[in-house]
Parts: sequence; structure tokens; C-alpha cells
Amino acid sequence: MSASESIKLRYDVNGEDFVTCGQASEDVKRTLKGIGIPADTIRRVSIAMYEGEINMVIHGGGGVAQVEIFDSEIKIVLADTGKGIADIDKAMQEGFSTATDDIRELGFGAGMGLPNMKKYSDEFRIDSKVGEGTTVTMTIKF
Amino acid sequence: MDRFVKPVYLDADKCNGCVACMRRCPTEAIRVRDGKAQVMYERCVGCGECVKVCPTHAKKESCDGFESRKKFKYTVALACPSIYGQFNHLDNLDYVLNGIKRLGFDDVCDVGHYARYVSAATTEYIKNSGAAKPVISSACPAILNLIRMRYAHLLDHLSPMKQPEEIAAAAAARKAEQTTHLAREDIGIFLITHCAANTMNRSDASDLNEIDGFISLKEIYFQLLTEMNKLKSCDLEKLASADALGVSWGCSTGEAMGLGTKKFIVADGIENVMTVLGDLEHDKLGDIDFLELNACTQGCVGGSMNLENPFLARMRLRLFREKLPLEPPNDYEGMEAYMRSRPYSSRESAFRLSENRQEAIKKMIRIKQIYEKLPHINCGNCGAPTCMAFAEDVVNGLAVKCKFLKEDI
Repeated sequence: MSASESIKLRYDVNGEDFVTCGQASEDVKRTLKGIGIPADTIRRVSIAMYEGEINMVIHGGGGVAQVEIFDSEIKIVLADTGKGIADIDKAMQEGFSTATDDIRELGFGAGMGLPNMKKYSDEFRIDSKVGEGTTVTMTIKF
Repeated sequence: MDRFVKPVYLDADKCNGCVACMRRCPTEAIRVRDGKAQVMYERCVGCGECVKVCPTHAKKESCDGFESRKKFKYTVALACPSIYGQFNHLDNLDYVLNGIKRLGFDDVCDVGHYARYVSAATTEYIKNSGAAKPVISSACPAILNLIRMRYAHLLDHLSPMKQPEEIAAAAAARKAEQTTHLAREDIGIFLITHCAANTMNRSDASDLNEIDGFISLKEIYFQLLTEMNKLKSCDLEKLASADALGVSWGCSTGEAMGLGTKKFIVADGIENVMTVLGDLEHDKLGDIDFLELNACTQGCVGGSMNLENPFLARMRLRLFREKLPLEPPNDYEGMEAYMRSRPYSSRESAFRLSENRQEAIKKMIRIKQIYEKLPHINCGNCGAPTCMAFAEDVVNGLAVKCKFLKEDI
């Protein structure tokens, strides 16, 4: 058995659907439980990934979530083709949000999405271009 | 260490091999093999859904039987609050407890009385400790099992309080020892139960497990009714001591509303509970103090060994609640007295593909490959509840065949 074997998962995240949002992180969670990842780590992954999915729906108009699970870490790449982020430093501040009142009414848009994703991952990278979209890459070590 | 008991069993002669229970099981713990629905007990949380849904009544709860009390010189029956919802025209709780005593017990203990101590201790715990919020109720044994098996990273949220019936059992045992001077092994403490999960030993985290046997309410109900009908109000011995709060524990919201906080969520029905736990995993619930989670619809009144429909039973408990006084326990000893000495341990390994992570990853890759080839219609023909469960079974070496799959797996 080669040590480089990994589980590759891919999910389309529907940009208009709050109700099914979270299915990708749900499936990742089930997969991680199956391979015996420690409970605390699963919690970090599931929060980070769920926040990411929500962002893709609220701001990104949907996109693709790609997940690769290795024996010592999980890599999550969330890519959307939405409006992009003008000021990434500002977007990373706790409490800053561009979500509309309607979205806040639903209990989202508290401005904790990106900060939480960064907090719960060991490596965090965000690339964004206005008008082209945003890609968040998170690595969480087991 | 788990002294593991099987909460349900199959009467194989009655099982016609339909997939009703397999589909309903919330932890995918049932497979139909050779035309019979078999339980994978290491995955069973004891929720009793399979018992409730079985059209041929082939799935049954494991209880000790009424006759098992004869092994003891002195017996005490414990009666849970939900029992008070099982009788029409009941105006005094003592008819039920006196009736139970006349069935052949030396004493009867009202569990609802002890529920008040748990309420007081939980109130203190929520208020004063640095507990992980929301605190999750540890009252429903099926939910305890579910969290230990499927949501182990929420274990630190579980309330460390003992269950009311455990506290009642210990109190009843001490009282019996003092009044009879018998040895503990000669005293039998029996829980009259409505709950399949109650019969599992969920007390491995506790050094106190004093319930010696479980008797199904279903088994004794009609005899009990006969005894109750013979009683006159002047014959009644004062046995009931549950107050308004204690009685309320018999149905959902009963526990949560006695905790001095309004920031609680109550979910009943195991599927709904799983939705709430999923949201908690995603950190989605916000600022909540307490989660009351009941596997059965409407809480304990929905248990599979009850006779009455849970909605009617709940109304009856509400009427008692309105009538009874509120009496906080005057001998409350502080929350430590009601806490378990050890936290609950994880039982996640039942769902793990392998203890070796590389091996587990290899199996998971294979599962995903097999799953891609399947029709994804979850028909149950193969004897597994879903196509994903089928793929897992194949990789775990359980012989199964998908009738839609032309090629060999």
C-alpha cells in the first residue's frame, strides 16, 4: 500500500439553496468518522467547512468544494465564481460582513465566517479577484 | 467497561423479512439476511423505533419479566412519571403506585420525586460551572448512546447528572436495607419501564447501577388496571411524591422548563434530535443554555412499552402538572451529590472501518468506488438500508449482492 493514497471528494454547492447547504460538510463528517479521525478534529473540520459552504451560497453564488483526505491531514478547496472580495484584510476581520439584512434575518452574516475558518484550520489561504471569484484553501492536520 | 445488553430482540418466526425496521433504524444497525431482520448490536442505541414500526410485532424489547422478582426476598418497584399518562380518569397518582404495590411488590418508589433533584443539580450546573454550552440532557438513554456512538465530540456537552431512575434506585435500595436489615443481594429493585434503551446498561460511566431488573409496563398493564379498579380512595397509602415538576419529566419540555433558563431547545423524535445535533456540530445553534433531547416522540410518553398514544398521555401529564404543587426538594445536597463519578466514554469504534488509519482510508476509497456503481435508489433489496450502507458492508466483508449490478464488485 502506498502512503500517498487519499480519499478525493467533490461537491457542487448550489448557490441558491440555503436548505441543502451543509450537505458537503455532512458527508465529509461521515467520511472522517468512518476512518476514525479524532472527535475534536472532526468538529474543527465540520465548522470550517460549513462556514465555507455558507459563504459560497451567500457571496459566491455557489461553486465547487473539493476535499482530499490523507492519513495525516485534510485539504479543503472551496472555489466560487462569484463577485470576489475587494478588501481581503477587511473581510478577515471579526464582525465585518457584506451580507444583506435578509441574510442576517436568517441568522447568518455575523461576520465570523472567514475568521472562524482561519481559526479552525492549520493552514488557510484565500485568493480572490473582484468579478472572477474566490478560492479558499484550508488544511487541517489530524 | 460495557456490560452490554441487547435492548431489542427478534422473534424470528414472526419476522417476514420486510424492510420496515431496517429503513427506520437511525443508526443503520439492521440488515435483512436470509429473510430475517438482524440487529448489529454494537451499533444499536436502543431507541425502539424498530419495535414501533414492525408490522408483524417480531421486534421486541428485552425485559426481565414479571416473574423475575421472585428471586428476591424483598422487592421495590420504581415508577417513572410517564406512567401517570397511561390511564383514563385518573385523578390521584396514588392509584397507580398502590396498584403496582398490590401486584406483588413490597414497596414502590416514585421516580418523579427524584427528578426534582436532577432538575436542581442541572440548574446549578448550568449557572455556576464553566460547562460547555449548550448542556445536553443526559436523561434519555437512547440519546446518550447516540451521542457516544455518533457525536462523540459533543461528549463534553453532556450533563454529568445521573438519571432520575438511577438516583431513585439507590435511594430505594438504601431505604430497603435500613427497614428490612436484609443484604443488598436479597433486595430486588425493579424499574417498571416504557423504554427499550432503559434496559441497556448505560451506566458504565457510573459506579452506581442499582437497578436489578426491568419489567415492561406492557406486560403488567392489564393486571395493574384490575388492581387499580379494586382500590378505593380510603385504601390508598401515600406513595406518590412527585410534584408538578417531577411529573412533567414524563414528556418532552418537562425537564427543560424546570431549569431556570428560557434559552433551551427541546427536540423529540430521534430524527429531529439528529438534525439538532448536526446543527450543534456546525456551531449553528447560537447562545443556548440547554438542549433537551428525547429519542421518542413527545418524550418518555412515546416509549415503545407505553399503552396510550403519546399525545393524549402528554395532555394528562399537563393536567396533573397544573393540579400539583411545586415543591423544590428541601434536602437537596448540592450538584456534586447527583453527578456521575466518571464522564461518558466514546463508543465511536462501532462505526470505524479500521483502527489502522491507512487501512481505513483504503477501505473508504473502495467504498466510494463501489457506491459510484450503485443505482442510489436505496431500495433495500440487498438487505442493507442504503446504497452507501451496502458499499460499506461489501468492504467490511459481509456477503451481499445488488440486483442492479451486472458486473462483479
